[in-house]
Amino acid sequence: MDFVAQLTLFVLAIFLGVELITKVPPTLHTPLMSGSNAISGITLVGALIAAGSDAGLLINVLGFIAVVLATINVIGGFMVTNRMLAMFKRK
Amino acid sequence: MQISDNWIDIAYLISAVLFVLGIKGLTKPKTAVRGNMLAAAGMGVACVVTLLHRDIVTYEIIIAGVIVGGVIGAILAKKVQMTAMPQLVALLNGFGGGASFAVAAAEFFRGGHPDMVGIIATGAAVLIGAVTLTGSFVAFAKLQELIGGKPMGFPGMKLVNALLLIGSLVAIGYLVANPGTPAVFWALAIAAAILGVLLVLPIGGADMPVVIALLNSYSGIAASAAGFVMGNSALIVTGSLVGASGLILTQIMCKAMNRSLTNVLFGVMAEAG
Repeated sequence: MDFVAQLTLFVLAIFLGVELITKVPPTLHTPLMSGSNAISGITLVGALIAAGSDAGLLINVLGFIAVVLATINVIGGFMVTNRMLAMFKRK
Repeated sequence: MQISDNWIDIAYLISAVLFVLGIKGLTKPKTAVRGNMLAAAGMGVACVVTLLHRDIVTYEIIIAGVIVGGVIGAILAKKVQMTAMPQLVALLNGFGGGASFAVAAAEFFRGGHPDMVGIIATGAAVLIGAVTLTGSFVAFAKLQELIGGKPMGFPGMKLVNALLLIGSLVAIGYLVANPGTPAVFWALAIAAAILGVLLVLPIGGADMPVVIALLNSYSGIAASAAGFVMGNSALIVTGSLVGASGLILTQIMCKAMNRSLTNVLFGVMAEAG
């Protein structure tokens, strides 16, 4: 993908992100933060590619570290968000 | 098995749509649970399809990493006390920033993109990723009461922060001119890590949720920068989505607490002194 196409995606996604969130009731502040934190674990995609490439030991080690950290972020993030939301439901 | 880049990018588009619907859902009480599920599904799609990427030749390291990370993440999420949720989010966010940092480091040492855009993006991912990593850990330590919740600092702290930031930018500039200099790369990483600690230390415990929201926005931007390094549309779109929506959420949370963002970030020392 060339740089201009990447930049286009970047700028449009920024605008979309700004428009996406307007009013949020205070009880949902923490779950929304937690949920979008889990989504930022998307860096796992890059981590998988680095960990599985044949570019050398150092790259694989860095990739392994990245996979572990990003997976903690993703799995922990979605699970804990689910727990928070389940707590609100029971009230 | 391998599939063409087009199919992978189409799957990334589907996962981006799921993330948008997920974030939207999370803003309303009625749809919040479904929103979280949609976002998790989006992540599942993105990760599974990535396994078919042509650069991936070995799966042992991936499987080991996913198992280790998955078990740790699940245990953290299951065991944490309800009252300790904010600091867990801080901790998880720090891991996310650390992951983006490690991805950028891997790409740097692979020497894949020594052009200007690639190096600037690498520098941004390292700088923001490392700030997110250490800043989130300080936020975690404050909320967990491992260190005092009170604002901490020393005279001239802002000057030191400014110098660290300028030094980091100079280091990125140097790497653009001389891409193969690992010493400068590590100097940048260390300066950014110290900057993350110093930025969060002077902020009081009561303002910490806002800081975590802001650091969450940073980790999105770091992921997006890593996306520019790797030329990966999933990282670029989703990272910037989280970065922008996280910033708006930060503002909303500030308003709800009757604080201004500048006050939270820079005003505390003045109040304390």
